[in-house]
Amino acid sequence: MAHSGPMTDWRKAKLPVFAFLAPATIIYTLFMIYPLIDSIRLSFYTTPSGGEMAFVGFDNYRTILGDPDWSATFWNSFWNNMKFFAVHMLVQNPIGIALAGILSLPQLRFRNTYRTMMIMPTMLSVVIVGFIWQLILSPVWGVGVDILDIFGLKSLFGPWLGKEGSALITLSFISVWQWVGIPLMLIYAALLAIPDDLVDAAIVDGATHFEVFLHIKLPLVLPTVAMVSILTFVGNFNAFDLIYAVKGALAGPNFSTDIMGTLFYRTFFGYQLQLGDPSLGATVASLMFLIILAGVLFYLFAVQRRLARYQL
Amino acid sequence: MMTKNIRREDMSRAAIVHAILLTYTLVALYPIFLVIINAFKSRKGIFSAPMSLPNAETFSLEGFTKVLARSNFELFFFNSFTVTVVTIVIVLLLASMAAWALSEYKFPGNTWLALYLAVGIMVPIRLGSVSILNLIVELGLINTLTALILVYVAQGLPLAIFILTEFMHQIPKDLKEAARCDGVGEFKIFFAVILPLIRPAVATVAVFTMIPIWNDLWFPLILAPGDGKQTITLGIQQFIGQYVTDWNAVLASLSLAIIPILILYLIFSRQLIRGLTSGAVK
Repeated sequence: MAHSGPMTDWRKAKLPVFAFLAPATIIYTLFMIYPLIDSIRLSFYTTPSGGEMAFVGFDNYRTILGDPDWSATFWNSFWNNMKFFAVHMLVQNPIGIALAGILSLPQLRFRNTYRTMMIMPTMLSVVIVGFIWQLILSPVWGVGVDILDIFGLKSLFGPWLGKEGSALITLSFISVWQWVGIPLMLIYAALLAIPDDLVDAAIVDGATHFEVFLHIKLPLVLPTVAMVSILTFVGNFNAFDLIYAVKGALAGPNFSTDIMGTLFYRTFFGYQLQLGDPSLGATVASLMFLIILAGVLFYLFAVQRRLARYQL
Repeated sequence: MMTKNIRREDMSRAAIVHAILLTYTLVALYPIFLVIINAFKSRKGIFSAPMSLPNAETFSLEGFTKVLARSNFELFFFNSFTVTVVTIVIVLLLASMAAWALSEYKFPGNTWLALYLAVGIMVPIRLGSVSILNLIVELGLINTLTALILVYVAQGLPLAIFILTEFMHQIPKDLKEAARCDGVGEFKIFFAVILPLIRPAVATVAVFTMIPIWNDLWFPLILAPGDGKQTITLGIQQFIGQYVTDWNAVLASLSLAIIPILILYLIFSRQLIRGLTSGAVK
């Protein structure tokens, strides 16, 4: 966005400038930046129960990545999280883009109504969404079977959330159902910003709306698509509520739905017989931070820079 | 003849488009609809005819009476309401002040401060939970709504400042200059001239701040899990964990959590989208 920088010299208004900036900066620093940095510091210490905090260097990292039990748990949750992310990228974002494309067609009736309705699940709490689908997919209630029966697919129904092989995929789809609204909203907004004359010219030349979308509109909104992808990545690697609500902190069956967020919670707070360990919790959080940072840097340097060239 | 063909083609194309949109709308809404209609049925009605609307025979409010009798639902609702409203007011005030200073005044380190404040858009605050818990314990704020408000303000500020800064760059220079020529003070320019001008962006920011706070499970679970300080999301989670086999109560509690958000959303959705499409978010 091209805009002129700040204009007024601050020396004419030192007190106001300070008063405007200080409250936000102080609260943000104290409750966000300081905890993030302090968390990384804590990951280099150990806190034995009742004892003094002691510096242990990279020992906590060695435990989580080197100890056979810990590393198996860690990598299990990492790969589960990658699968969770992959489903969002392959299902949620294409559906969101397609729906945004359809909604931005000229002369579409009920556009606003459709849009409002389709974004509704995004507004609900992840916990509520988890419970809604748990009920619908419950073999006890059987409404899931009834719905499949309408399409003659009754035989496909199974206790998807309860089986090791399908629980994670099912939860990923539940999450996709909820979050489709994000790509839908952001890409729709970007599509609306495309000047009409670009599209009109192509239509006059005989292109169909689908061709216009594929060859003109989509390339123009690629930066937004990239932004949606990185938001998906950060959101997915920070997810917790859905798994916790549906599967509890143990992310069953047999840890098949364990992701980074649930691992962090269990390590930090403990579960059943294992006690929580703040230092190891901070270590898991720091590893999550590294993963998210890697994703964000990849986006900033590899993706966004390359895409900027196509911007109008 | 030709125009007629084109007409027909247009009609069938429109039919396909609406069929796709209707199908997805159904996918998005039917699960919510299903939960709400079954909340108004007797236990027998829930199981014998889950997909039909409640009728004279199956209609029952027993789920709702159970929820209201067995849980502190009103209290949880009040907690969520307090946390959300107080946070939004603080975020909007502090973020628009900071955004104004960043967009209006030339001072050393301006760009760096803007970048520093933007870090929180990409880095989730949850990763600092271990230290946040220590901090809240030291401040003696565990199991208080204040703890949640402080953390949520910090969480909401980065995106709010970013959106509002972009928006403030679009305010015409003449307006500010005119006020300055009249000798209006810097504080008054902000509160009397600028704040009223940014109202459309404020609505968008309010929605973006509100939704994640109202829906959050993580921080209530960690910072305020008991003592009657549970938010609605945590309260529902605990309630359902306890009464998981009581279908009436579960469906009613879910509906009680869904309905207020849906009403709020229907009221504000227009402003949300307008804010988005007016270029407030890029």
